[in-house]
Amino acid sequence: MAIAVPQTTELDISQTIDWLKQKYPDAVHDDTRQGFGGVVVDKSMLVEVAQAIRDDLGFDYLSSATAVDYLGISDHMEMVYHAYRTTGGPALVFKAQTDREKAEIPSLVDVWLGADFQEREAYDLYGIQFSGHPNLKRILLWDGFNGYPMRKDWQEAYFEQEHKPFDSRWPGGWVHRAEEKNVYGKNVRYPDDIDLARLSDTSEATLYSGLGLGVDVQELESDGLQTDRLVVNLGPHHPSTHGVFRMIVSLNGETIETLEPVMGYLHRNHEKIGERNSFLHNIPFTDRLDYLSSMGNNFGYVLAVEQLLAQGARYQPPTYRAEVIRVLMAELTRIVNHLWSLGFLLNDLGAFFTPMLYANNEREKILDFFEATAGSRLMCNYMRFGGVFADLPERIHSVANLVNDKVRDYNTMEYLAQMITERLPRFLEEYGRLLVGNEILRERTINVGVLPHDLAIALSTCGPLLRGSGVAYDVRRADPYSIYPELDFDIPVGVNGDIYDRFMVRFQEIHESLRILKQLLPRLEQTKGEEVVTKVGHTPRVPVGEAYGRVENPKGELGFYVVSEGDEKGPQNPWRYHVRAPSFINLTALGPMCRGYKVADVVTVLGSIDIVLGETDR
Amino acid sequence: MYGQGIAKGLWITFKHLVNTYVDDIRYAGRKYVSQDNFQVRQGPKSQGAYTVQYPDEKIAVPERFRFVPFRVDSDYDDPERPGQDWCTSCGICAKVCPPQCIWIVRGQDPNTGRPVPQPEAFFIDIDICMNCGYCAEFCPFDAIKMDHDYELASYDRTSRHIYDKPKLSKELRYWKTIAPTRAVEEMEARGGWDHKDVQKEKAKAEKAAAAQKAAPAAPVQTNGGAASPAAPAAEAPAADDAEKIKAERLAKREAALARKRARDAEENGGA
Repeated sequence: MAIAVPQTTELDISQTIDWLKQKYPDAVHDDTRQGFGGVVVDKSMLVEVAQAIRDDLGFDYLSSATAVDYLGISDHMEMVYHAYRTTGGPALVFKAQTDREKAEIPSLVDVWLGADFQEREAYDLYGIQFSGHPNLKRILLWDGFNGYPMRKDWQEAYFEQEHKPFDSRWPGGWVHRAEEKNVYGKNVRYPDDIDLARLSDTSEATLYSGLGLGVDVQELESDGLQTDRLVVNLGPHHPSTHGVFRMIVSLNGETIETLEPVMGYLHRNHEKIGERNSFLHNIPFTDRLDYLSSMGNNFGYVLAVEQLLAQGARYQPPTYRAEVIRVLMAELTRIVNHLWSLGFLLNDLGAFFTPMLYANNEREKILDFFEATAGSRLMCNYMRFGGVFADLPERIHSVANLVNDKVRDYNTMEYLAQMITERLPRFLEEYGRLLVGNEILRERTINVGVLPHDLAIALSTCGPLLRGSGVAYDVRRADPYSIYPELDFDIPVGVNGDIYDRFMVRFQEIHESLRILKQLLPRLEQTKGEEVVTKVGHTPRVPVGEAYGRVENPKGELGFYVVSEGDEKGPQNPWRYHVRAPSFINLTALGPMCRGYKVADVVTVLGSIDIVLGETDR
Repeated sequence: MYGQGIAKGLWITFKHLVNTYVDDIRYAGRKYVSQDNFQVRQGPKSQGAYTVQYPDEKIAVPERFRFVPFRVDSDYDDPERPGQDWCTSCGICAKVCPPQCIWIVRGQDPNTGRPVPQPEAFFIDIDICMNCGYCAEFCPFDAIKMDHDYELASYDRTSRHIYDKPKLSKELRYWKTIAPTRAVEEMEARGGWDHKDVQKEKAKAEKAAAAQKAAPAAPVQTNGGAASPAAPAAEAPAADDAEKIKAERLAKREAALARKRARDAEENGGA
């Protein structure tokens, strides 16, 4: 009788690591730093080990790939990869280290296609060369940019101090305006050997080269029809791009041959700002990522920092009520976001404003609730380490303050219950009748922008885009957090992976969210009066270590990779703060999805990904 | 049948259109003219299109709404401490401010050079402020609060958008009006409507008074009691300088009221 040997694809994380160490004794080592986990892979063997991780161990989904600069600590740079199984379970974290001066790491694009944009980002911001990457060029910054801004020794214009709070604010805080200091170059430092040629942007030429720009009429099809290959720029300033985003499309007649997304117009180096900030400062900044679902962003970030805090002494996890309120907010956010994205998808299809305004009408009600609870409609800044900012108010109550103010006053719980059990279901039913059977919608979306399910996984897509392709992967189920394990809900999936499936997945997700919300209402009643915030204080000392907090945001998997390093007593500022932005990584799939369809479909395909540029460009 | 879905959808939009006018008839006039028109239009039973006619109408913001903060002073006609600045210039708001838009100059005693719990100057650059509400959340003295006034546009951002201390200071009374529930909650947490430090002083004074009362009853045992030298010292100036203190208080009150008048005049003049 043979003893059943577990399949290598079913090993848990520690077994997986042992397996890897056994197979590659020279290349794979434990990450022994305090508070760190996973393995460090020798970079010369990286591709081979990654192949084994994907094929033998079944980690088919590369969630996040990002760089960290350890200048002053161990003076090297490293790439950190988080790989998951689409069947669920925790992450396998593996790292590859490289010298800072001659930073080079083999590219993993051949193993996981989804590494494409993430490696380009690491190249752009850290200057790591990825050998073997097919299209290694800057992605968020312009080609003429000098330096690699995420490196620890790079300082921005108006640089004041390494970390906030700045000394100039107190106790001798005489006010100054940063821009006053910029009397052309006073506080902006250019290197002495600046090459003025850099100031002329060559990125356009790079983009167009190879796209067949030209007016020569060539024979493109075998039937002898003479057509011209045409390059069309969509955006950056166009309402269909949902922000400032540009697509360079080369066309054969009306059919798309290639599509190259260009982004970074809204880039503000969010991550560098995050490293200057203290841990607490970052919460309102996360609001500004995906500004339609700020509650979800807060959630992901506080989960990451709480993972770190939990390693130290004297940390109390959030109370049950705090968790219930967090999930309440996260699910309401999902509804808000999906209403918006469904409405705008219809807008992109040419159904101007009627579907969008109907959806927004309901969205307003939820935003009113956010405003009364968190203080703001969009920039909620509601979650805190160890809980939330404040309990739900007794009444949604306003006081006339300005001229012509119109006052409202409702009982919060009644308002919530009415919204969840009556208003939203009624609206959804009507909205379904308005849209789902509509022939124009079906003609335009069914079998358009198809993303097959194996490609969807390989491209690291997430959220409704991934589920629309038939992969039932939802972080709330696959790697549960908060109180999701005890809640009853289903994960809607599509079959064909076309736009219509994504549309329907979003539609059903609103229904599922309502199902969750209905389960939360009695829980809110039961826990009335419980504390909602455990005292962590405004300057928590966060234990040294790394953490990856991820949540299922409406747009997909939102991850925060936070490293706390440096100060032995526990730093007050993150050493590394990385955002795994779903909108950004989902765009990897845009080119493959559009190929072969008509130019009019580009806008719809983009609309069905549902991007927000605040998050894409960071 | 092809086209059925479109027809169904069109029927829904048509119903929405008609309902707007049906509602007008149903509420005959009340929807726009009467006092509670807004409630009718936004109420759960109302159907059809619905708009708020900004700026002729504004939806009042809920209590927790947060916009650029203001500083709390005691009421300018407060009988005991008119216009007392609640800020102790501890600097916590400046520390927790994510975009670092708060500047504080800590006050100094001109004679001794030691810091006093009063800010000499206080600035907020409202262009930088991101309305996160941390300053109000973490202020241990309830001395800074988020405002509800969101109409801050001006014609010149370079000269008008750095708010200084007089521009930022508002009476406690104002906070009580815009956030009545929260003001009461905070009062209960502090133990009274006064500033935290004042509460402490009062408690101390009461203790001292109680000790003084108890003192004559018990015979004096030692010379070096902690309470005994303090008690007469506290009593003496109270008796001698009662007039002086009263005059000072009146002067302060006048000054505070004058400041307020001047600011009102400036604001009205500016507008």
